[in-house]
Amino acid sequence: MKKTYKLFSCFLFAPFIISAQTAIKAGTIYTVSGAAIKNGIVLVKDGKIENVGTDREVSIPKNYTIVEAKVVTPGFIDARSVVGFSGALNIPTDQDQLEKSSPIQPELRAVDAYNPEDKLVKYVRDYGVTTMHTGHGVGALVSGQTMIVKTKPGKVDDVTLVPMEMLAMTIGTAVQSNFQSPGTKAKQIAMIRAELLKTQAYMQKQNDKDSSKHPATDLKYEALSKLLKGEVKALITVNSSNDIMNAIRLAKEFNFKLVINGAAEAYKLIDEIKSVKAEVILHATMARNGGDMVNMTRESAAILTAAGIPVSIETGFEGYVPKTHVLIYEAALAVAYGLPYDEGLKCITLNPAKLLGIDKRVGSIEKGKDADLVLFDGDPYEYLTNVCKVMIDGIWVSDNCK
Amino acid sequence: MRKKLWLLSLSVLAGSVLFAQTKPVAFKGGTIYPIAGKPITNGTLIVQEGKIIAVGDASLKIPADAIVQDAKGKVIMPGIVDTHSHLGGPEGGDNSSALNPDTRAFDAINPTSDGFKKALAGGLTTLNIMPGSGHLMSGQTVYVKMREAKVMEDLIIVNEKGVFGGMKMANGTNPMRGTNGFPGTRAKSAAMDRDLFVKAQEYKKKIEKAGKDSSKLPERDLRLEPLVEVLQGKRVVHFHTHKENDILTAIRLSQEFGFRVVLHHVSEGWKVYEQIAKANVPCSIIVIESPGGKLEAMDYSVTNGAALSNAGVLTGFHTDDGVTDSRLLIRNAAMAVKAGMSKEKALEALTINGAKMLDLSSRIGSLEKGKDADFIILSGDPFSVYTKVEQTWVEGKKRYDIKNPEDKAFLVGGYKVYSTDREEYHNHDDEIGNQ
Repeated sequence: MKKTYKLFSCFLFAPFIISAQTAIKAGTIYTVSGAAIKNGIVLVKDGKIENVGTDREVSIPKNYTIVEAKVVTPGFIDARSVVGFSGALNIPTDQDQLEKSSPIQPELRAVDAYNPEDKLVKYVRDYGVTTMHTGHGVGALVSGQTMIVKTKPGKVDDVTLVPMEMLAMTIGTAVQSNFQSPGTKAKQIAMIRAELLKTQAYMQKQNDKDSSKHPATDLKYEALSKLLKGEVKALITVNSSNDIMNAIRLAKEFNFKLVINGAAEAYKLIDEIKSVKAEVILHATMARNGGDMVNMTRESAAILTAAGIPVSIETGFEGYVPKTHVLIYEAALAVAYGLPYDEGLKCITLNPAKLLGIDKRVGSIEKGKDADLVLFDGDPYEYLTNVCKVMIDGIWVSDNCK
Repeated sequence: MRKKLWLLSLSVLAGSVLFAQTKPVAFKGGTIYPIAGKPITNGTLIVQEGKIIAVGDASLKIPADAIVQDAKGKVIMPGIVDTHSHLGGPEGGDNSSALNPDTRAFDAINPTSDGFKKALAGGLTTLNIMPGSGHLMSGQTVYVKMREAKVMEDLIIVNEKGVFGGMKMANGTNPMRGTNGFPGTRAKSAAMDRDLFVKAQEYKKKIEKAGKDSSKLPERDLRLEPLVEVLQGKRVVHFHTHKENDILTAIRLSQEFGFRVVLHHVSEGWKVYEQIAKANVPCSIIVIESPGGKLEAMDYSVTNGAALSNAGVLTGFHTDDGVTDSRLLIRNAAMAVKAGMSKEKALEALTINGAKMLDLSSRIGSLEKGKDADFIILSGDPFSVYTKVEQTWVEGKKRYDIKNPEDKAFLVGGYKVYSTDREEYHNHDDEIGNQ
């Protein structure tokens, strides 16, 4: 079976250059882990970055296919998306991001729903996104699990980096519109606390020396146990400052690892966020500025970065048109509104790689890392610049500049 | 701090009032895109009493009493015309009927809406505000200038045909509710439109027959009166349409009844640009960030701007705010340029083309002597991500200045900048396609 897959993917990639050994010569290489390299070379061998440096430091071995570009960056990492779950068509049969039968369902696995064939996967890949943290959406107290995928063509198992990354949670008015109960903010918190207390009891029973007292396996509490054991983080979508505080209080009470997602008003709570070492993912600011996000600012990334909080940027969730945002343009807007130039790239590469725990493999152009690269014909942030080529694991997956 | 801000805004206000009323104001040294002609480097723009009195190069004589503003390094272009906006809460028809020619957005809009500050931050000076697309005909649209306003009368602008709005129509899935007097199919949608227009034709005949004898006039009919204006070519139909077949239906209806139409959104315009060009029908297009979210717009393409304008179609842009943000309309034009539209045509699409669609091109849309002093000052290239609208002037008054912190807040956002109960938060969530 594996073999058939391989054959199939060979066939699929036939129009692209299959190149185990590639040299990319570029006017500027933004490695992100270090300073930008002028007149540099990236060598790619067997899907990994073999070497990177200036054209004086790195020589191109024989038999390497040479590709030229004005600018090269690492493949972008969308810190949180629902692409592959919230389908482009927006009809009931392609909407798998939110199960409304119950407000707390941590047992819903992302791998069982991800659709790598959705039109939007290719769309974001063509704009340089090579890795996505995607999964169950916003709108339930616990909507399910998230996963990390590469955006390259292939079946779910072939493109999955991490099958269970975090638990997707939401505190906010969206939850109340999706369920009869919770109908208030206080009820939202009470319901989450009750389930986490039950999880603690479940874990305690599991640890009982007398195995006859062990509880029957419960998928819900198995998933929540992973959170309380610190094996996965809570990805809590919270935007208003009081909802952010609720998430922080929960993290303190139950001692779990917190990622504050959306975070429209995070700029008001810098000390509080630091006090629990919470990580922050900012929602695309080109989203509609309504509902819980009414107080967001385009300067959020600049403000938080200046305060020493590492920022990741996400395309997040859209319920209507457009179905997804474009990650590079969100970083560009943050840069246009005060974020230092290099930090903009960091917010969509190395910072999310660290937050997701995959920085040994992706997030920067360094020897030994996955050969996930994006080639541009100009300043990556500029509206009129094109993404020319995209490489994932050493294979060209997008070719737009003819 | 608060006091300082207040003082600052007072002085800004005082300044703009002074500017508008008496002395000429001259902007020197910037690059001017007059739209009516080639770009002028090191140009001069002079305005007085709400009008443009001169546009030229550095040799243009500046009146001795003029207040001179240095615009070196800046770009000056006409104020942007948004041909399709929902700012201010423009409700039209309700669930009682699919056809509502009698309802006026004018009666619903909040003239003091803070959404208009957002428009100013984006460099928009004239808007066509329309009711939604959930009806075959949702009502009369309203043409407004981003003036300071207390009441709607302060905002409206009467056009060359003597009206201050168009008629909003829609086809495709949005009005196809299939219940309660709403159509369930495309053919029924067109039949209902045609039925109403036939009635309007008869009503118009009666009026014409009566001539000057008012005793022979038919009884007043609020539903048919605005449609007589439509049939007379005074009031333009703004037709929401996405798919190829729906685009052609809208054109067919306009030809059958002889009304003037501007097609809006036109998601599949790239498939039928030849037919649109042949029918000589203008298109007000939207540029969106990604495809999807709405089934009938799945074949939307960012190449619409290039395809339509290259075919000679009068092409303009719109925000459909809140579908896209008023602060980003110029950016949307940049996206169309990236997809193959010429920069020159994209700038025209942001300005003069929209003015033509609203029958306002004798007053707005280009920087020419005698036209309204509606213009914006940009920090640089209109198509760059780093460029910002620094000043927005409407009829000779500075309505937005990025140096004023209160104005800038409406560009950037932040805590309680926009009120949470904004009535114009128009996200189409109620429409079919998002079920």
